[in-house]
Amino acid sequence: MNTVAGGWSRALSTFFYRRPNRYLLLLLLPPLLWFGTVYLGSLLSLLLQSFYSINDFTAEVVREPTLATYRELVTQPAHIDIVVRTLSMAIAVTIACALIGFPIAYYMARYAAPRLKTFFYVGVLLPMWTSYLVKVYAWRLILAKQGIISWVLDAFGLTRALDALLATPVIGGPTLTASYIGMFIVFVYMWLPYMILPIHAALERVPRTLVQASADLGARPGQTFRTVVLPLAFPGVAAGSVFTFSLTLGDYIIPGVVGAPGYFIGMMVYQQQGTAGNIPLAAAFSVVPIVLIGIYLGIVKRLGAFDAL
Amino acid sequence: MPAAIEFRDVTRTFGSVRAVDSVSLEVAAGEFFSMLGPSGSGKTTCLRLIAGFELPDAGHIVLDGVDVSDVPPYDRDVNTVFQDYALFPHMSVLENVEYGLKVRHVGGAERRPRAREMLALVKLGELGERRPGQLSGGQRQRVALARALINRPKVLLLDEPLGALDLKLREAMQIELKALQRELGNTFVYVTHDQGEALSMSDRVAVFDHGRIVQVDTPRALYSRPRNPFVAEFVGGANVLPARLATALLGVDKPVAIRPEQMRILATGAALEPGWVACAGTVADSQYHGATLRIQVRTRDGELLTVARPDVSADVAVSRAGSEVSVAWPRASVVELETDRA
Repeated sequence: MNTVAGGWSRALSTFFYRRPNRYLLLLLLPPLLWFGTVYLGSLLSLLLQSFYSINDFTAEVVREPTLATYRELVTQPAHIDIVVRTLSMAIAVTIACALIGFPIAYYMARYAAPRLKTFFYVGVLLPMWTSYLVKVYAWRLILAKQGIISWVLDAFGLTRALDALLATPVIGGPTLTASYIGMFIVFVYMWLPYMILPIHAALERVPRTLVQASADLGARPGQTFRTVVLPLAFPGVAAGSVFTFSLTLGDYIIPGVVGAPGYFIGMMVYQQQGTAGNIPLAAAFSVVPIVLIGIYLGIVKRLGAFDAL
Repeated sequence: MPAAIEFRDVTRTFGSVRAVDSVSLEVAAGEFFSMLGPSGSGKTTCLRLIAGFELPDAGHIVLDGVDVSDVPPYDRDVNTVFQDYALFPHMSVLENVEYGLKVRHVGGAERRPRAREMLALVKLGELGERRPGQLSGGQRQRVALARALINRPKVLLLDEPLGALDLKLREAMQIELKALQRELGNTFVYVTHDQGEALSMSDRVAVFDHGRIVQVDTPRALYSRPRNPFVAEFVGGANVLPARLATALLGVDKPVAIRPEQMRILATGAALEPGWVACAGTVADSQYHGATLRIQVRTRDGELLTVARPDVSADVAVSRAGSEVSVAWPRASVVELETDRA
């Protein structure tokens, strides 16, 4: 009997061809090691740190398991304010991104001709090629008292409207740059692509005949949108909202550059582990977004966003 | 009684392509009407024009006496069974079926029983709670049918509905569809590129070519009296002799069609029966089809004729590739055709 001739490389490929599991193992070992040790490991050590506490006099970390740090987190009104402030902003930004992103994604997926679609893709992605810091500082200038927004509103005689908006308690402020409205605008701008792309992907997967079938059975465009298009695009909205929600929860630069002076979770983590040297509190604060996103995913799952996956 | 569907000089162009080119037709109420043609011949566009997914660039579409040329799909009393079924993946089978009632605000108390009744009609009574993704191709087809019938449309449009099914299932569904149409008594418009399907199910068939209707007739008339070479070849695959050969053999200055099963193969020099015509040639190839053998004979002036004979017949013995034979057919089986191809 003759066997297939060949060198060691053929023997090796034959070996792996006949043992697909070992091939998979070889392929996945490096990423699994990375994921397991570096990623999950650091996450666990972070969790561990949050169960330590700090000695108020010596400012040293006491390495004994305790819930004292969490108690501090949930009992101090200032800390609760930070969580509520960040969470409110994340919710507002997510809703705004969905409301702005959906029509754009819908147009891209259903109506835009191929060339126009490419233009839209580049338009959506182009801002992501620019440095994050540059964009944030650019927005500071745009929103400033002498910035383009004031200038345009002035040209249309709408300065009073802006002043009235800025006079609104809580979300207002002396200028757009120094108000939560300004921060909100920057957040929405920053995370909008993360909302548009998943919705677009979901809408692209909805066959055109489904829309036609719905109309054929007597559904008016509004009914078709509510009963067919929106439910099928919902996983995309959910995926996009997970991005915008978690990115807003974790960001520590935008709240420092634009907006009213109140602290956000990310800034608190940054400050506690840096200047304040309170690693346990920083760790406890970074657990908050994880918990909030966990709850959020639970709600989204309840709404059936992942049923179609 | 007005026609169920009437096209008056309907034209629909896509860019520079006239997908439907000034088509006029009438479909009677209760008729099983097929639109047959190769892909790109305009038959599906015609169906979409009836459904309202396309609007005509010129001409009028009249449904049951009402001009609907500019009426959107949701205001037309027609329903469609889509080629890909287009079932809503996020709804159960029952929800899919009752969708047409739901969007017309029929209450659940009336809706549910009617949907179940419709599911029973297509023999899927027990699968109402499943999702379309959990069904086989044939079952999905039935759901699509039930969903399209729930509004009791005057006209049901079927866009190659059996194309994705295997042969056995397709044949069973053909019989069922036909029986269903007889039972419900509404108009069926059936788009297909399968001439066998069109012939076996329809009351009348319209043959499409390049955006125009070439011939509208009963299946029998279409098969026995095709109007032109395109119909003769597309429906039943007739042998079309060009006018030049027809003149030489038959004394007719027109192209003619002869069905493969009307022809016989004779050994060269064999005596001809009276009323038969013969033409000499060489056997080029043959294919075994179980009950029949299809034999290609190349005539002296280069025409390729196909002869279909029972596999047990004497012709088979003389039909080895390369052998010199003559092909004969009764003069009475010759159909004279019009010259224009469209």
